Amino acid sequence: MNELNDLYREVILDHNRDPRNFGEIEDADRVVEGVNPLCGDKMTLYVKLDGDRIADVRFKGTGCAISVASSSLMTERVRGASVDESMRLYDSVHDMLTGSGAPSEDLDKLAALAGVREYPTRVKCASLAWHALRTALAGGEDRVSTE
Amino acid sequence: MSASAPAPRRGAPITDIASLRADFPGLHQQVRGKPLAYLDNAASSQCPVPVLDAMLRQQKMNHANVHRGVHELSSRATDAYEGARERIRAYINAASGTEIVYTRGTTESINLVASSLGGSLLGAGDEVLVTEMEHHSNIVPWQLVCERTGARLVPAPITERGELDVDAFERLLTERTRIVAVGHVSNALGTINPLRELIDKAHAAGAVVLVDGAQAMPHMRVDVRALDCDFYAFSGHKMYAPTGIGVLYGRETLLDRMPPYQGGGEMILTVSFDRSVWNSLPYKFEAGTPNVTGAVALGAAVDYLGGIDFDAVTEHERALLDYASERLLELDGARIIGTARHKAGVLSFVLGSIHAHDLGTIVDREGVAIRTGHHCAMPVMERFGVPATARASFALYNSREDVDRLAAGLRKALEIFA
Repeated sequence: MNELNDLYREVILDHNRDPRNFGEIEDADRVVEGVNPLCGDKMTLYVKLDGDRIADVRFKGTGCAISVASSSLMTERVRGASVDESMRLYDSVHDMLTGSGAPSEDLDKLAALAGVREYPTRVKCASLAWHALRTALAGGEDRVSTE
Repeated sequence: MSASAPAPRRGAPITDIASLRADFPGLHQQVRGKPLAYLDNAASSQCPVPVLDAMLRQQKMNHANVHRGVHELSSRATDAYEGARERIRAYINAASGTEIVYTRGTTESINLVASSLGGSLLGAGDEVLVTEMEHHSNIVPWQLVCERTGARLVPAPITERGELDVDAFERLLTERTRIVAVGHVSNALGTINPLRELIDKAHAAGAVVLVDGAQAMPHMRVDVRALDCDFYAFSGHKMYAPTGIGVLYGRETLLDRMPPYQGGGEMILTVSFDRSVWNSLPYKFEAGTPNVTGAVALGAAVDYLGGIDFDAVTEHERALLDYASERLLELDGARIIGTARHKAGVLSFVLGSIHAHDLGTIVDREGVAIRTGHHCAMPVMERFGVPATARASFALYNSREDVDRLAAGLRKALEIFA
Protein backbone atom coordinates (compact mmCIF):
# COMPACT_ATOMS: atom_id res chain seq x y z
CA MET A 1 0.00 0.00 0.00
CA ASN A 2 2.92 2.33 0.74
CA GLU A 3 4.11 1.74 -2.78
CA LEU A 4 0.77 2.77 -4.22
CA ASN A 5 0.88 5.95 -2.16
CA ASP A 6 4.28 6.54 -3.65
CA LEU A 7 2.82 6.37 -7.15
CA TYR A 8 -0.39 8.24 -6.43
CA ARG A 9 1.07 11.05 -4.34
CA GLU A 10 -1.20 13.84 -3.23
CA VAL A 11 0.28 16.24 -5.80
CA ILE A 12 -0.54 13.82 -8.58
CA LEU A 13 -4.07 13.18 -7.38
CA ASP A 14 -4.58 16.92 -7.05
CA HIS A 15 -3.35 17.70 -10.57
CA ASN A 16 -5.46 14.85 -11.94
CA ARG A 17 -8.57 16.13 -10.20
CA ASP A 18 -7.92 19.69 -11.15
CA PRO A 19 -5.58 19.88 -14.13
CA ARG A 20 -3.86 23.25 -14.57
CA ASN A 21 -3.62 24.92 -17.98
CA PHE A 22 -6.26 22.63 -19.42
CA GLY A 23 -7.57 23.92 -22.73
CA GLU A 24 -6.50 25.22 -26.10
CA ILE A 25 -4.46 28.20 -27.26
CA GLU A 26 -6.15 29.55 -30.35
CA ASP A 27 -3.10 31.27 -31.79
CA ALA A 28 -0.58 28.66 -30.68
CA ASP A 29 2.74 28.56 -32.52
CA ARG A 30 3.03 24.82 -32.10
CA VAL A 31 0.37 22.15 -31.70
CA VAL A 32 1.45 18.59 -31.09
CA GLU A 33 -0.74 15.56 -30.61
CA GLY A 34 0.59 12.82 -28.36
CA VAL A 35 -0.83 9.32 -28.15
CA ASN A 36 -0.05 6.35 -25.98
CA PRO A 37 -1.55 3.46 -27.95
CA LEU A 38 -1.17 1.01 -25.08
CA CYS A 39 -3.72 2.65 -22.82
CA GLY A 40 -5.41 5.08 -25.15
CA ASP A 41 -3.99 8.24 -23.55
CA LYS A 42 -4.42 11.11 -25.96
CA MET A 43 -3.29 14.66 -25.43
CA THR A 44 -2.83 17.74 -27.54
CA LEU A 45 -0.23 20.26 -26.46
CA TYR A 46 -0.42 23.93 -27.43
CA VAL A 47 2.64 26.16 -27.16
CA LYS A 48 2.83 29.91 -27.66
CA LEU A 49 6.36 31.23 -27.95
CA ASP A 50 7.76 34.69 -27.29
CA GLY A 51 11.27 34.60 -28.71
CA ASP A 52 12.93 31.71 -26.98
CA ARG A 53 10.51 31.77 -24.06
CA ILE A 54 7.36 29.74 -23.62
CA ALA A 55 4.81 32.51 -23.24
CA ASP A 56 1.88 30.13 -22.79
CA VAL A 57 1.36 26.40 -22.80
CA ARG A 58 -1.85 24.40 -22.48
CA PHE A 59 -3.05 20.88 -23.03
CA LYS A 60 -6.21 18.99 -23.73
CA GLY A 61 -7.08 15.33 -23.83
CA THR A 62 -7.99 12.21 -21.92
CA GLY A 63 -5.75 9.90 -20.01
CA CYS A 64 -4.95 8.17 -16.77
CA ALA A 65 -4.13 10.09 -13.60
CA ILE A 66 -0.41 9.81 -14.26
CA SER A 67 -0.59 11.25 -17.75
CA VAL A 68 -3.01 14.04 -16.83
CA ALA A 69 -1.01 15.02 -13.74
CA SER A 70 2.24 14.89 -15.65
CA SER A 71 0.84 17.15 -18.37
CA SER A 72 -0.55 19.54 -15.79
CA LEU A 73 2.66 19.69 -13.76
CA MET A 74 4.70 20.17 -16.89
CA THR A 75 2.67 23.10 -18.20
CA GLU A 76 2.76 24.75 -14.80
CA ARG A 77 6.52 24.37 -14.70
CA VAL A 78 7.57 25.40 -18.19
CA ARG A 79 5.30 28.37 -18.70
CA GLY A 80 7.67 31.31 -18.81
CA ALA A 81 10.74 29.09 -19.08
CA SER A 82 13.20 29.30 -21.94
CA VAL A 83 13.36 26.67 -24.63
CA ASP A 84 16.82 25.56 -23.47
CA GLU A 85 15.76 25.31 -19.86
CA SER A 86 12.72 23.25 -20.88
CA MET A 87 14.86 20.89 -22.93
CA ARG A 88 17.16 20.41 -19.92
CA LEU A 89 14.12 19.69 -17.78
CA TYR A 90 13.05 17.10 -20.32
CA ASP A 91 16.37 15.33 -19.78
CA SER A 92 16.01 15.49 -16.00
CA VAL A 93 12.47 14.11 -16.16
CA HIS A 94 13.57 11.37 -18.52
CA ASP A 95 16.40 10.41 -16.15
CA MET A 96 14.04 10.43 -13.19
CA LEU A 97 11.54 8.16 -14.93
CA THR A 98 13.99 5.67 -16.33
CA GLY A 99 17.08 5.97 -14.12
CA SER A 100 17.79 4.81 -10.61
CA GLY A 101 19.48 7.75 -8.88
CA ALA A 102 17.80 10.46 -6.84
CA PRO A 103 15.72 12.90 -8.91
CA SER A 104 17.73 15.91 -10.03
CA GLU A 105 17.21 18.97 -7.80
CA ASP A 106 15.98 21.22 -10.59
CA LEU A 107 12.89 19.04 -10.85
CA ASP A 108 11.42 20.41 -7.65
CA LYS A 109 7.68 19.63 -7.66
CA LEU A 110 8.07 17.41 -10.74
CA ALA A 111 9.86 14.93 -8.46
CA ALA A 112 6.37 13.82 -7.42
CA LEU A 113 6.49 11.64 -10.51
CA ALA A 114 9.52 9.71 -9.26
CA GLY A 115 7.34 6.86 -8.00
CA VAL A 116 6.39 6.02 -11.58
CA ARG A 117 9.71 4.35 -12.29
CA GLU A 118 8.73 1.45 -10.06
CA TYR A 119 5.92 0.80 -12.56
CA PRO A 120 7.58 0.20 -15.92
CA THR A 121 4.25 -0.13 -17.72
CA ARG A 122 3.33 3.37 -16.58
CA VAL A 123 6.50 5.26 -17.52
CA LYS A 124 5.03 6.08 -20.92
CA CYS A 125 2.00 7.65 -19.26
CA ALA A 126 4.24 10.10 -17.43
CA SER A 127 6.56 10.82 -20.33
CA LEU A 128 3.91 11.43 -23.00
CA ALA A 129 3.52 15.15 -22.27
CA TRP A 130 7.28 15.65 -22.19
CA HIS A 131 7.74 13.92 -25.53
CA ALA A 132 5.06 16.20 -26.95
CA LEU A 133 6.83 19.25 -25.49
CA ARG A 134 10.19 18.28 -26.90
CA THR A 135 8.63 17.76 -30.31
CA ALA A 136 6.83 21.09 -30.08
CA LEU A 137 9.98 22.96 -29.14
CA ALA A 138 12.02 21.22 -31.81
CA GLY A 139 9.37 22.39 -34.27
CA GLY A 140 9.31 19.09 -36.13
CA GLU A 141 6.44 16.72 -36.66
CA ASP A 142 3.06 17.41 -35.11
CA ARG A 143 2.40 13.98 -33.72
CA VAL A 144 4.24 11.83 -31.21
CA SER A 145 3.59 8.33 -30.04
CA THR A 146 5.13 6.56 -27.10
CA GLU A 147 5.30 3.33 -29.12
CA MET B 1 6.84 -46.31 -28.20
CA SER B 2 3.80 -44.27 -28.99
CA ALA B 3 4.39 -40.65 -29.80
CA SER B 4 0.98 -39.35 -28.99
CA ALA B 5 -0.28 -37.89 -25.76
CA PRO B 6 -1.98 -40.16 -23.26
CA ALA B 7 -5.54 -41.04 -24.08
CA PRO B 8 -8.10 -38.44 -23.07
CA ARG B 9 -9.79 -38.91 -19.73
CA ARG B 10 -12.36 -41.66 -19.86
CA GLY B 11 -15.52 -41.98 -17.90
CA ALA B 12 -18.14 -39.46 -17.01
CA PRO B 13 -17.37 -35.82 -17.77
CA ILE B 14 -16.18 -33.79 -14.80
CA THR B 15 -18.91 -31.67 -13.31
CA ASP B 16 -17.09 -30.33 -10.24
CA ILE B 17 -15.60 -27.32 -12.01
CA ALA B 18 -14.10 -25.80 -8.86
CA SER B 19 -11.87 -28.86 -8.49
CA LEU B 20 -10.14 -28.06 -11.81
CA ARG B 21 -8.30 -25.08 -10.35
CA ALA B 22 -5.75 -27.50 -8.93
CA ASP B 23 -4.74 -28.47 -12.49
CA PHE B 24 -3.32 -25.00 -13.25
CA PRO B 25 0.10 -24.42 -11.65
CA GLY B 26 0.27 -20.83 -12.90
CA LEU B 27 -2.57 -19.88 -10.58
CA HIS B 28 -0.85 -21.11 -7.47
CA GLN B 29 1.68 -18.38 -6.96
CA GLN B 30 2.13 -15.11 -5.13
CA VAL B 31 2.17 -11.90 -7.12
CA ARG B 32 3.14 -8.65 -5.41
CA GLY B 33 3.17 -10.65 -2.19
CA LYS B 34 -0.48 -11.68 -2.61
CA PRO B 35 -2.02 -14.85 -3.98
CA LEU B 36 -2.68 -14.39 -7.69
CA ALA B 37 -6.25 -13.73 -8.81
CA TYR B 38 -5.98 -14.12 -12.57
CA LEU B 39 -8.89 -12.41 -14.31
CA ASP B 40 -7.38 -11.67 -17.70
CA ASN B 41 -8.48 -14.84 -19.44
CA ALA B 42 -9.99 -13.15 -22.47
CA ALA B 43 -6.45 -11.98 -23.25
CA SER B 44 -4.81 -15.32 -22.50
CA SER B 45 -5.63 -18.23 -20.25
CA GLN B 46 -3.33 -20.38 -18.11
CA CYS B 47 -2.32 -23.91 -19.14
CA PRO B 48 -3.30 -27.03 -17.16
CA VAL B 49 -0.75 -29.73 -16.28
CA PRO B 50 -1.77 -32.16 -19.05
CA VAL B 51 -1.09 -29.46 -21.65
CA LEU B 52 2.25 -28.53 -20.08
CA ASP B 53 3.23 -32.20 -19.85
CA ALA B 54 2.34 -32.79 -23.49
CA MET B 55 4.50 -29.84 -24.54
CA LEU B 56 7.46 -30.99 -22.53
CA ARG B 57 7.15 -34.58 -23.75
CA GLN B 58 6.95 -33.47 -27.35
CA GLN B 59 9.86 -31.07 -27.11
CA LYS B 60 12.01 -33.37 -25.00
CA MET B 61 11.65 -36.78 -26.63
CA ASN B 62 9.76 -36.42 -29.91
CA HIS B 63 11.26 -33.31 -31.39
CA ALA B 64 11.85 -33.53 -35.13
CA ASN B 65 10.44 -32.01 -38.29
CA VAL B 66 7.12 -33.37 -39.49
CA HIS B 67 6.23 -35.00 -42.81
CA ARG B 68 9.92 -34.99 -43.73
CA GLY B 69 12.06 -37.74 -42.37
CA VAL B 70 11.95 -41.51 -42.53
CA HIS B 71 13.48 -41.74 -39.11
CA GLU B 72 11.73 -42.66 -35.89
CA LEU B 73 11.59 -39.23 -34.27
CA SER B 74 10.19 -37.59 -37.38
CA SER B 75 7.57 -40.28 -37.51
CA ARG B 76 6.65 -39.72 -33.85
CA ALA B 77 6.46 -35.95 -34.34
CA THR B 78 4.25 -36.43 -37.40
CA ASP B 79 1.97 -38.82 -35.54
CA ALA B 80 1.65 -36.41 -32.62
CA TYR B 81 1.01 -33.46 -34.92
CA GLU B 82 -1.58 -35.26 -37.03
CA GLY B 83 -3.08 -37.00 -34.02
CA ALA B 84 -3.74 -33.58 -32.49
CA ARG B 85 -5.37 -32.42 -35.72
CA GLU B 86 -7.73 -35.36 -35.63
CA ARG B 87 -8.69 -34.68 -32.02
CA ILE B 88 -9.27 -30.99 -32.75
CA ARG B 89 -11.42 -32.00 -35.74
CA ALA B 90 -13.48 -34.29 -33.56
CA TYR B 91 -13.76 -31.63 -30.84
CA ILE B 92 -15.36 -29.07 -33.16
CA ASN B 93 -17.13 -31.75 -35.23
CA ALA B 94 -15.58 -30.86 -38.56
CA ALA B 95 -16.27 -33.38 -41.30
CA SER B 96 -12.64 -34.02 -42.14
CA GLY B 97 -9.08 -33.32 -41.01
CA THR B 98 -8.53 -31.64 -44.37
CA GLU B 99 -10.67 -28.80 -43.02
CA ILE B 100 -8.40 -28.14 -40.02
CA VAL B 101 -5.58 -25.75 -40.92
CA TYR B 102 -3.03 -24.97 -38.22
CA THR B 103 -2.16 -21.28 -37.95
CA ARG B 104 -0.41 -19.01 -35.44
CA GLY B 105 -3.76 -17.99 -34.05
CA THR B 106 -7.05 -16.34 -34.84
CA THR B 107 -5.40 -13.30 -36.39
CA GLU B 108 -3.48 -15.38 -38.88
CA SER B 109 -6.55 -17.51 -39.59
CA ILE B 110 -8.58 -14.43 -40.49
CA ASN B 111 -5.75 -12.93 -42.52
CA LEU B 112 -5.51 -16.19 -44.43
CA VAL B 113 -9.16 -16.07 -45.43
CA ALA B 114 -9.19 -12.33 -46.08
CA SER B 115 -6.14 -12.55 -48.29
CA SER B 116 -6.78 -15.82 -50.08
CA LEU B 117 -10.56 -15.95 -50.39
CA GLY B 118 -11.10 -12.19 -50.19
CA GLY B 119 -8.37 -11.55 -52.72
CA SER B 120 -9.91 -13.91 -55.26
CA LEU B 121 -13.60 -13.36 -54.53
CA LEU B 122 -13.95 -9.63 -53.98
CA GLY B 123 -14.14 -6.96 -56.62
CA ALA B 124 -15.09 -3.31 -56.89
CA GLY B 125 -18.60 -2.74 -55.55
CA ASP B 126 -18.62 -5.88 -53.42
CA GLU B 127 -19.05 -5.63 -49.68
CA VAL B 128 -17.70 -7.33 -46.57
CA LEU B 129 -20.11 -7.10 -43.67
CA VAL B 130 -18.71 -7.04 -40.13
CA THR B 131 -20.14 -5.77 -36.85
CA GLU B 132 -19.25 -2.79 -34.68
CA MET B 133 -18.21 -5.11 -31.88
CA GLU B 134 -15.40 -6.85 -33.77
CA HIS B 135 -11.86 -7.14 -32.50
CA HIS B 136 -9.34 -5.26 -34.66
CA SER B 137 -8.19 -8.61 -36.03
CA ASN B 138 -11.61 -9.09 -37.62
CA ILE B 139 -11.60 -5.56 -39.06
CA VAL B 140 -8.13 -4.73 -40.31
CA PRO B 141 -7.50 -7.81 -42.51
CA TRP B 142 -10.75 -6.98 -44.32
CA GLN B 143 -9.77 -3.34 -44.66
CA LEU B 144 -6.52 -4.42 -46.28
CA VAL B 145 -8.21 -6.67 -48.81
CA CYS B 146 -10.92 -4.08 -49.48
CA GLU B 147 -8.23 -1.54 -50.32
CA ARG B 148 -6.66 -4.01 -52.68
CA THR B 149 -9.85 -5.06 -54.44
CA GLY B 150 -12.03 -1.96 -54.32
CA ALA B 151 -14.58 -3.70 -52.12
CA ARG B 152 -16.23 -1.90 -49.21
CA LEU B 153 -16.18 -2.77 -45.51
CA VAL B 154 -19.61 -2.31 -43.90
CA PRO B 155 -20.09 -2.41 -40.09
CA ALA B 156 -23.44 -3.56 -38.69
CA PRO B 157 -24.40 -1.45 -35.67
CA ILE B 158 -24.79 -2.60 -32.08
CA THR B 159 -27.33 -1.48 -29.51
CA GLU B 160 -26.88 0.36 -26.23
CA ARG B 161 -26.73 -3.03 -24.48
CA GLY B 162 -23.93 -4.12 -26.74
CA GLU B 163 -26.03 -6.56 -28.74
CA LEU B 164 -25.91 -6.80 -32.48
CA ASP B 165 -28.81 -4.97 -34.11
CA VAL B 166 -30.00 -8.00 -36.05
CA ASP B 167 -32.57 -6.05 -38.08
CA ALA B 168 -29.90 -3.61 -39.21
CA PHE B 169 -27.58 -6.53 -39.94
CA GLU B 170 -30.25 -8.03 -42.14
CA ARG B 171 -30.85 -4.74 -43.95
CA LEU B 172 -27.15 -4.38 -44.63
CA LEU B 173 -27.02 -7.87 -46.14
CA THR B 174 -27.51 -7.34 -49.86
CA GLU B 175 -26.57 -8.98 -53.10
CA ARG B 176 -23.34 -6.97 -52.86
CA THR B 177 -22.37 -8.74 -49.61
CA ARG B 178 -19.88 -11.43 -50.52
CA ILE B 179 -18.40 -12.13 -47.10
CA VAL B 180 -19.78 -11.80 -43.58
CA ALA B 181 -17.17 -11.78 -40.80
CA VAL B 182 -18.59 -11.89 -37.30
CA GLY B 183 -17.38 -12.67 -33.81
CA HIS B 184 -19.01 -15.50 -31.89
CA VAL B 185 -18.36 -13.77 -28.55
CA SER B 186 -17.21 -10.16 -28.18
CA ASN B 187 -13.93 -9.80 -26.32
CA ALA B 188 -14.74 -6.28 -25.16
CA LEU B 189 -18.41 -6.74 -24.21
CA GLY B 190 -18.90 -10.45 -23.64
CA THR B 191 -21.90 -10.49 -25.98
CA ILE B 192 -22.72 -13.90 -27.44
CA ASN B 193 -24.04 -13.39 -30.95
CA PRO B 194 -27.03 -15.38 -32.28
CA LEU B 195 -24.66 -17.05 -34.67
CA ARG B 196 -26.81 -19.67 -36.31
CA GLU B 197 -29.46 -17.07 -37.13
CA LEU B 198 -26.86 -14.70 -38.61
CA ILE B 199 -25.25 -17.49 -40.62
CA ASP B 200 -28.58 -18.59 -42.06
CA LYS B 201 -29.41 -15.03 -43.08
CA ALA B 202 -25.97 -14.53 -44.61
CA HIS B 203 -26.20 -17.77 -46.55
CA ALA B 204 -29.65 -16.85 -47.78
CA ALA B 205 -28.09 -13.66 -49.16
CA GLY B 206 -25.39 -15.72 -50.86
CA ALA B 207 -22.51 -14.63 -48.61
CA VAL B 208 -19.68 -16.73 -47.22
CA VAL B 209 -19.41 -16.56 -43.42
CA LEU B 210 -16.27 -16.41 -41.31
CA VAL B 211 -16.65 -16.63 -37.54
CA ASP B 212 -14.04 -15.22 -35.17
CA GLY B 213 -14.33 -17.84 -32.45
CA ALA B 214 -11.37 -16.81 -30.30
CA GLN B 215 -13.54 -15.83 -27.32
CA ALA B 216 -16.12 -18.58 -27.70
CA MET B 217 -13.91 -21.67 -27.60
CA PRO B 218 -13.04 -21.48 -23.88
CA HIS B 219 -16.64 -20.92 -22.85
CA MET B 220 -18.72 -23.32 -24.92
CA ARG B 221 -18.61 -26.43 -27.05
CA VAL B 222 -18.55 -25.35 -30.65
CA ASP B 223 -19.93 -27.57 -33.40
CA VAL B 224 -19.00 -26.10 -36.78
CA ARG B 225 -21.44 -28.29 -38.67
CA ALA B 226 -24.34 -27.41 -36.39
CA LEU B 227 -23.44 -23.73 -36.86
CA ASP B 228 -23.12 -24.27 -40.62
CA CYS B 229 -20.36 -21.63 -40.79
CA ASP B 230 -17.92 -21.63 -43.70
CA PHE B 231 -14.89 -20.66 -41.62
CA TYR B 232 -14.26 -20.71 -37.89
CA ALA B 233 -11.05 -19.16 -36.55
CA PHE B 234 -9.66 -19.66 -33.06
CA SER B 235 -6.51 -19.47 -30.92
CA GLY B 236 -4.96 -22.02 -28.62
CA HIS B 237 -3.89 -19.57 -25.95
CA LYS B 238 -7.40 -18.51 -25.05
CA MET B 239 -8.45 -22.13 -24.50
CA TYR B 240 -5.75 -23.36 -22.12
CA ALA B 241 -3.03 -24.03 -24.71
CA PRO B 242 0.07 -21.89 -25.35
CA THR B 243 0.45 -18.90 -27.66
CA GLY B 244 1.56 -19.30 -31.26
CA ILE B 245 -0.90 -21.98 -32.29
CA GLY B 246 -4.41 -21.63 -33.64
CA VAL B 247 -6.76 -23.13 -36.15
CA LEU B 248 -8.69 -22.16 -39.19
CA TYR B 249 -11.60 -24.47 -39.80
CA GLY B 250 -12.72 -24.10 -43.40
CA ARG B 251 -15.33 -25.83 -45.48
CA GLU B 252 -13.42 -28.13 -47.81
CA THR B 253 -15.18 -26.98 -50.96
CA LEU B 254 -14.07 -23.41 -50.23
CA LEU B 255 -10.53 -24.19 -49.07
CA ASP B 256 -10.10 -26.29 -52.16
CA ARG B 257 -10.68 -23.47 -54.58
CA MET B 258 -8.73 -20.86 -52.60
CA PRO B 259 -5.18 -20.02 -53.68
CA PRO B 260 -2.35 -20.60 -51.17
CA TYR B 261 -1.77 -17.90 -48.57
CA GLN B 262 1.97 -18.32 -48.14
CA GLY B 263 4.50 -20.20 -50.23
CA GLY B 264 7.28 -22.44 -49.04
CA GLY B 265 8.02 -25.98 -48.04
CA GLU B 266 5.24 -28.37 -47.07
CA MET B 267 2.60 -26.57 -49.11
CA ILE B 268 3.78 -27.95 -52.46
CA LEU B 269 3.81 -31.31 -54.20
CA THR B 270 6.35 -30.43 -56.86
CA VAL B 271 8.36 -27.32 -57.59
CA SER B 272 10.08 -26.31 -60.77
CA PHE B 273 10.97 -22.88 -62.05
CA ASP B 274 8.08 -23.08 -64.51
CA ARG B 275 5.42 -23.94 -62.03
CA SER B 276 4.70 -25.55 -58.71
CA VAL B 277 1.88 -27.88 -57.84
CA TRP B 278 0.13 -27.22 -54.56
CA ASN B 279 -0.13 -29.85 -51.91
CA SER B 280 -3.51 -31.24 -50.89
CA LEU B 281 -5.55 -29.82 -48.00
CA PRO B 282 -4.81 -28.80 -45.35
CA TYR B 283 -1.10 -28.68 -46.23
CA LYS B 284 -1.64 -26.20 -49.05
CA PHE B 285 -2.14 -23.64 -46.27
CA GLU B 286 0.65 -24.80 -43.95
CA ALA B 287 3.79 -23.43 -45.57
CA GLY B 288 7.02 -23.96 -43.66
CA THR B 289 7.86 -26.02 -40.62
CA PRO B 290 4.86 -25.72 -38.34
CA ASN B 291 4.58 -25.17 -34.60
CA VAL B 292 4.53 -28.89 -33.82
CA THR B 293 4.70 -28.54 -30.05
CA GLY B 294 1.94 -25.93 -30.13
CA ALA B 295 -0.29 -28.25 -32.14
CA VAL B 296 0.37 -31.12 -29.75
CA ALA B 297 -0.44 -28.82 -26.84
CA LEU B 298 -3.69 -27.72 -28.45
CA GLY B 299 -4.54 -31.39 -28.96
CA ALA B 300 -3.94 -31.92 -25.24
CA ALA B 301 -6.11 -28.89 -24.44
CA VAL B 302 -9.08 -30.24 -26.38
CA ASP B 303 -8.58 -33.60 -24.67
CA TYR B 304 -8.71 -31.78 -21.35
CA LEU B 305 -11.80 -29.79 -22.30
CA GLY B 306 -13.39 -32.89 -23.80
CA GLY B 307 -13.33 -34.50 -20.36
CA ILE B 308 -15.33 -31.70 -18.77
CA ASP B 309 -19.08 -31.22 -18.68
CA PHE B 310 -19.54 -27.94 -20.53
CA ASP B 311 -23.01 -27.34 -19.15
CA ALA B 312 -21.32 -27.24 -15.77
CA VAL B 313 -18.65 -24.85 -17.10
CA THR B 314 -21.29 -22.54 -18.54
CA GLU B 315 -23.20 -22.59 -15.26
CA HIS B 316 -20.04 -21.96 -13.22
CA GLU B 317 -18.96 -19.02 -15.39
CA ARG B 318 -22.46 -17.56 -15.53
CA ALA B 319 -22.69 -17.66 -11.74
CA LEU B 320 -19.31 -15.95 -11.50
CA LEU B 321 -20.31 -13.28 -13.99
CA ASP B 322 -23.55 -12.61 -12.11
CA TYR B 323 -21.74 -12.45 -8.80
CA ALA B 324 -19.03 -10.16 -10.20
CA SER B 325 -21.62 -7.85 -11.79
CA GLU B 326 -23.43 -7.61 -8.45
CA ARG B 327 -20.28 -6.90 -6.47
CA LEU B 328 -19.17 -4.32 -9.01
CA LEU B 329 -22.45 -2.43 -9.00
CA GLU B 330 -22.17 -2.02 -5.22
CA LEU B 331 -19.32 0.39 -5.92
CA ASP B 332 -19.86 4.13 -6.40
CA GLY B 333 -19.81 5.15 -10.04
CA ALA B 334 -19.52 1.65 -11.47
CA ARG B 335 -20.91 1.22 -14.96
CA ILE B 336 -20.87 -2.05 -16.88
CA ILE B 337 -20.11 -1.70 -20.58
CA GLY B 338 -21.93 -4.48 -22.37
CA THR B 339 -25.15 -5.70 -20.83
CA ALA B 340 -26.29 -8.14 -23.47
CA ARG B 341 -28.87 -10.74 -22.46
CA HIS B 342 -26.54 -13.50 -23.58
CA LYS B 343 -23.05 -12.95 -22.26
CA ALA B 344 -19.94 -15.04 -21.76
CA GLY B 345 -17.60 -14.48 -18.82
CA VAL B 346 -16.46 -10.98 -19.70
CA LEU B 347 -17.08 -8.00 -17.44
CA SER B 348 -16.05 -4.70 -18.99
CA PHE B 349 -16.56 -1.66 -16.81
CA VAL B 350 -15.65 1.86 -15.82
CA LEU B 351 -15.50 3.17 -12.28
CA GLY B 352 -16.47 6.82 -11.92
CA SER B 353 -13.86 9.06 -13.46
CA ILE B 354 -10.95 6.80 -12.52
CA HIS B 355 -9.07 5.86 -15.66
CA ALA B 356 -8.95 2.13 -16.38
CA HIS B 357 -5.18 2.20 -16.45
CA ASP B 358 -5.05 3.46 -12.87
CA LEU B 359 -7.51 0.76 -11.82
CA GLY B 360 -5.31 -1.87 -13.46
CA THR B 361 -2.21 -0.72 -11.61
CA ILE B 362 -3.97 -0.50 -8.26
CA VAL B 363 -5.58 -3.95 -8.39
CA ASP B 364 -2.32 -5.43 -9.70
CA ARG B 365 -0.71 -4.32 -6.42
CA GLU B 366 -3.32 -6.53 -4.76
CA GLY B 367 -2.34 -9.51 -6.90
CA VAL B 368 -5.35 -9.16 -9.22
CA ALA B 369 -4.70 -9.35 -12.97
CA ILE B 370 -7.21 -7.58 -15.21
CA ARG B 371 -6.97 -6.00 -18.63
CA THR B 372 -7.30 -2.27 -19.13
CA GLY B 373 -7.45 -0.26 -22.31
CA HIS B 374 -9.38 -0.44 -25.55
CA HIS B 375 -9.14 -4.25 -25.85
CA CYS B 376 -8.24 -3.98 -29.54
CA ALA B 377 -11.81 -2.88 -30.12
CA MET B 378 -11.56 0.90 -30.55
CA PRO B 379 -14.90 1.14 -32.41
CA VAL B 380 -16.59 -0.41 -29.36
CA MET B 381 -14.99 2.17 -27.05
CA GLU B 382 -16.14 4.91 -29.39
CA ARG B 383 -19.67 3.50 -29.48
CA PHE B 384 -19.90 3.70 -25.69
CA GLY B 385 -18.07 7.01 -25.43
CA VAL B 386 -15.26 5.79 -23.21
CA PRO B 387 -11.53 5.97 -23.95
CA ALA B 388 -10.89 2.67 -22.22
CA THR B 389 -12.46 0.16 -19.89
CA ALA B 390 -11.24 -2.23 -17.24
CA ARG B 391 -12.09 -5.82 -18.02
CA ALA B 392 -12.28 -8.86 -15.78
CA SER B 393 -12.70 -12.05 -17.77
CA PHE B 394 -13.36 -15.47 -16.36
CA ALA B 395 -12.13 -18.96 -17.05
CA LEU B 396 -13.39 -22.23 -15.67
CA TYR B 397 -10.79 -22.09 -12.87
CA ASN B 398 -11.89 -18.77 -11.39
CA SER B 399 -13.67 -18.57 -8.07
CA ARG B 400 -15.87 -16.21 -6.09
CA GLU B 401 -12.79 -15.44 -4.05
CA ASP B 402 -11.09 -14.04 -7.17
CA VAL B 403 -14.09 -11.76 -7.60
CA ASP B 404 -13.97 -10.68 -3.95
CA ARG B 405 -10.30 -9.84 -4.37
CA LEU B 406 -11.11 -7.72 -7.41
CA ALA B 407 -13.87 -5.93 -5.52
CA ALA B 408 -11.49 -5.21 -2.65
CA GLY B 409 -8.89 -3.86 -5.09
CA LEU B 410 -11.45 -1.58 -6.69
CA ARG B 411 -12.49 -0.28 -3.27
CA LYS B 412 -8.87 0.61 -2.69
CA ALA B 413 -8.87 2.54 -5.95
CA LEU B 414 -11.97 4.43 -4.81
CA GLU B 415 -10.20 5.32 -1.55
CA ILE B 416 -7.10 6.58 -3.34
CA PHE B 417 -9.14 8.65 -5.77
CA ALA B 418 -11.71 9.76 -3.21
